Parts: sequence; structure tokens; C-alpha cells
Amino acid sequence: MSIPSYWRSRQQRLALVGEVCPTCEAKLFPPRDVCPHCGGPAKTRFDFCGRGAIYSFSQVNAAPAGFEAYAPYMVALVALDEGPLLTAQLTDVDPEDVYIGMPVEMVTRQMRQEGEQGLIHYNYKFRPLLERVQG
Amino acid sequence: MRDVAIIGIGQTPVAEHWEIALRDLAVQAVQAALLDAQVERPQMLFVGNMLSAVLSGQQNLGALVADHAGLRGIEAFKVEAACASGAAAARIAYLAVAGGACEVALACGVEKMTDGGPDEATAALAGAADAEYEAEHGLSFVAINALLMQRYMHEYGYEHDDFAPFAINAHQNAAANPNAMFPRPITREQYLRARPIATPITLLDSSGIGDGAAAVVLASAEFAARLGGPLVRVAASAAATDAVALHDRREPLFLQGMSDSAQRAYAQAGITPADLDFFELHDAFTIMSALSLEACGFAPRGKGVALALDGEITRQGRLPICTLGGLKARGHPVGASGVYQIVEAVQQLRGQAGPNQLPGCRLGMAQSIGGSGANVITHILERVS
Repeated sequence: MSIPSYWRSRQQRLALVGEVCPTCEAKLFPPRDVCPHCGGPAKTRFDFCGRGAIYSFSQVNAAPAGFEAYAPYMVALVALDEGPLLTAQLTDVDPEDVYIGMPVEMVTRQMRQEGEQGLIHYNYKFRPLLERVQG
Repeated sequence: MRDVAIIGIGQTPVAEHWEIALRDLAVQAVQAALLDAQVERPQMLFVGNMLSAVLSGQQNLGALVADHAGLRGIEAFKVEAACASGAAAARIAYLAVAGGACEVALACGVEKMTDGGPDEATAALAGAADAEYEAEHGLSFVAINALLMQRYMHEYGYEHDDFAPFAINAHQNAAANPNAMFPRPITREQYLRARPIATPITLLDSSGIGDGAAAVVLASAEFAARLGGPLVRVAASAAATDAVALHDRREPLFLQGMSDSAQRAYAQAGITPADLDFFELHDAFTIMSALSLEACGFAPRGKGVALALDGEITRQGRLPICTLGGLKARGHPVGASGVYQIVEAVQQLRGQAGPNQLPGCRLGMAQSIGGSGANVITHILERVS
């Protein structure tokens, strides 16, 4: 991914900023300008809460170029609390413990680095939902 | 729109062709198809290809292949629809002839996957997915299919072993195909022992990386009738799309684009799924075979695997699939595979499928998928007696 394309999507990657359709109220992530559900214009910002549940998952053993050094790693489809599915890596979890339906939350993590002097890709990943301590 | 026939087919073996360049692979298939058709010079050439820009640094394949095949001067360009590029080229050729823009058009699918290393090829293939929101997260194309397979097993209660019949059938059918990359039967034990690439998908759930080219010559029915010989008519050519990213689909386990594409083809041909004698489906992964059978109306949702477990997909079954090895075992040179499927369907309909010949078959379907179900191109072919 190039520096310009990374830069223009920084709000999605670092803060899960999506959109809500003003017509049918569908929450959209990643954002897009035309609502796929009703066809109306969708340009209203919506901040996702970052929590969801695992819809499906896989452990990637044979990684694409650029990700070899990180294999094996876990990837998942996450059903966000607000509705949409999203594709992301899982982190801070033992692969054996992952199951469909597992509650997870978004964290910001380093995804990869393009060599010594190259771009460091930060992005969302999901970890098991931590228990909140009251008081 | 007027009737269109396929009057010539050509193919190279699918293999790691270290000694043959991209352009020369295409030329071999083109020349074989023109020889088979007894045509010297088609009016148009459409080259289906997905990866040449990334793995070979080569674009402009239409002109390149036309030039090297001795067809310099004709109209020619490349068609891209990810793994369905070859089928897309065939569809454009069909439209050109059916619409009356030309009498004879040539479609060639070609892919040279071994000019890059396996991880480069894996990364290039991920270009069929959403580059910014799937591939950027380290998902290979295998991983995307693995997400589908994991969810499918969860929702419908299957074990990984249950997918074995798809791989076993493909390898069994490839054994007698001289153009197959993996012409060896496999056992259930081998399937169970295969190493995981992206869980639950193992090596033997997946089609391999290889080089190959296939070509078909299409002509108007009037032109074809003048040639005599066996006639295979294009009873339907149809296409449909769906969201590119898995996460953008409402029901990831039901491939809407595949269903739409098949339904359009059935309507054009005036048939129902039950009329088909065989189905060359896009078995890039075993899970795709199951989802294809369901989306195209051969099995209810969640029952595609059951159809395979019941033995209905073999050459002796109710709906033979991948009759010459499919993507799994003939090999999957991605942008060429859609044309290989059509070539193999023509072999069956002409009675030229050798030991794998389906006796008396009349109606076959070939369906090619770009991405994880995003671009689906369906052709129904009919033997006309």
C-alpha cells in the first residue's frame, strides 16, 4: 500500500471511522459514497465503537509477500456491534482459543514494516474483549 | 443477437513451463485453436489474463499475442476479471460475434504464474480481493476462502474431512487428462494428511500455481454451418457481479453473483439445472465447489457437500463436475482457467474427452469466478446434431 493511499484512509485504519446512511440508517464500514443497501448517498460520518464478535477465522500459514515474517497469524471476519462485517487480524490471543462468536475489541497495532527505512503500517486488529473493572 | 458456435479449441498442458514465455504459451493455444477451426485469421482477439502486469511486467497482451501469433493488424486487447479473465474474454468474443461486429472471434486465456516466486504469486492473487481492506490485512486469497469454509463448517455442521470427495474426484478425473498438472489420483488418507495453508484449507483443498494457455474460436452459426463437422452451440453466455470484499456481502455463504449469473444463463438457454449433463465449476478451493452447487441450484443451502458425499459429482453420478480434473487437478493458471473449462466442455460435447468421455452428453455448463464470488461468468454449451 502506497503512502498516499495509507494517509487518506488513516481515519478508518486508526479510529474505525465509517459512515451512516441518512436514508436507511445502515452503518457502513469501510466507508463508501453510495449506500449498498438503498442506493442513496452516504457521506455522514459514523464512529464505530470497536466491539464485535468473530464471524469466522483462519490461521494463515503461507503468507503473501510482505507478510512472510509475521506468519503464522490469525485473521477473522468480525461482526461489529453496529452491524457490518469487517476483515482484520486477531492479536493477543492463542490460536487454539479462538471460536466463532468470541467477543472481540479493536486495538491499534503495527501490521508490517517495509524494510529498515520503509513505511510502518499501523492498522486495526482485534483482541479478545477485556473485562472492564468497575470503580 | 444471433446464434454463435464454438468451431475451434486449443490448449497447452498446465505445468511449470520454465522454458516457455507468456507470449509463446498464448501463441501455442491460439495456433492449436485456429488449426482445429480450420480458420487462418479471426477478425478479433480477446486475451484473458490477470497477472501479467504484476508477475511479468507485461501489459498490452492483445497486441503482443496477435503479433506473435502471426495475426498482426487484427483488433485485439486484454480482458481482466481476476480469475474469471479467460471466461470474460470468451464472453466478449461471444458478444462480438452475436452482436454482428464480426464473423469469427478468438478468445485466449493465458497465465504465466511461475515468473514470480510463490509468495509473489500469492500476493498478486490477493489482488482479486479488496486491496485496501482485505489484502492490506495480510489475507491471502486462500485465507479469504478459508473464512468461508470455517463459517460453512460451523453453520452446517460439517467436518473438514467431508470436503474430501471434491479433491478426490478432481484428481481422479485428471488422471486421464494429458493436459493436467496433477494427473494422479489421491486417497482420502492423503487428503486428511495434507498440510494446512490457511486453516481449515489445506494443500489438497486448493488448486495449484501453474502456467498455461487455452483458446477458443467463436463464429456465427451461419459461418459454422458452412464448415461442417461437429457443432457446439453457445446456448447461453451470462455474467453477474457481487461485492468484491467478503465483508461487504449480506450473506457471505450464499454467492449471489454466482446465482444471478447462473439464473441468467438458464433463462437464456431455456433450461433448468436438471437438464445439464455436466458442470465444469470453479473448484479453486473445495469450499467453492460446495458453494457453486448451492448457488447454481443443484443443492439446497448447506447441502453442496452432501451432494459430493453421496457420490453425485463423479462421472457416474447425477451431476458430473470437473470432468477432466477441474481447477484443482488440471491446474489453475488463473486467467486461463475460464477458457480451459470451455475447451473441456467442448471436448465432452464433441465426444473427444478420451477415457473420461461422458456417454451421450448434450448440454454442459462452465462457470468461472473472479475473486471470492465477485465476478461470475457462465456459459452453457449444447451439442447440435
